[in-house]
Amino acid sequence: MIDSLLTFASGLLLLLGCFFMLTGAIGLLRFPDFYSRMHSAGVTDTLATFLIISGLMLAAGWSLALFKLGMIMLFIFFTSPTASHALARSAQLSALRLPPVTTGATQPETASSTAASAGNTTDTAVEAADDTRA
Amino acid sequence: MMLYATLVALLVVMSLALIRAVRGPSIHDRILAVNMFSTKTVLLIAVICFTFGKPEFLDIALVYALINFVSVIGVLRYFEFRTANAASATEVTGD
Repeated sequence: MIDSLLTFASGLLLLLGCFFMLTGAIGLLRFPDFYSRMHSAGVTDTLATFLIISGLMLAAGWSLALFKLGMIMLFIFFTSPTASHALARSAQLSALRLPPVTTGATQPETASSTAASAGNTTDTAVEAADDTRA
Repeated sequence: MMLYATLVALLVVMSLALIRAVRGPSIHDRILAVNMFSTKTVLLIAVICFTFGKPEFLDIALVYALINFVSVIGVLRYFEFRTANAASATEVTGD
């Protein structure tokens, strides 16, 4: 009885992990900007990994594989936010900006941002340079 | 039964990440998609270990997670220095 319950719980965790993973991948394809894509990939990297490895742990039982899965989960749990932070910081330093929203309301905001960051060039020139680099 | 469905879902997610890595407009999109692909590869190795009943292959997944993290940080650091020195150096595109 407890064996079937463990199998059911591990199947449920694997199913939830597959769901979050697929939603994250669809978001990675369909979101318009780089930063929203990074948000969806971050959701996928932590939550889906946690759920799938927990389901595999319930399927493994008390063995050495449980310890190895725990080590994998701990490692991904530490390194995935670090990689996301490094990626966002690198994107900010390389001046990968969001495209301006064409409603007319962004004019004072861009003026204040260019006034605040006096060392940078304008965003359009940097974006053109980024397009040539990409 | 659920393990096979997880395998199929992992392969679909890896294909979508590869599509984003090919179509990404900037270099950071490609790095993001490759990072996601590597994390899903670690999960794929772990699920394959349990479908084939050989749990000793989990060491490969552990080593692959280490290599993935180090490679992503290294590539990001390379592009960071490249963009930091782009103001002083003449821009030579490799296209």
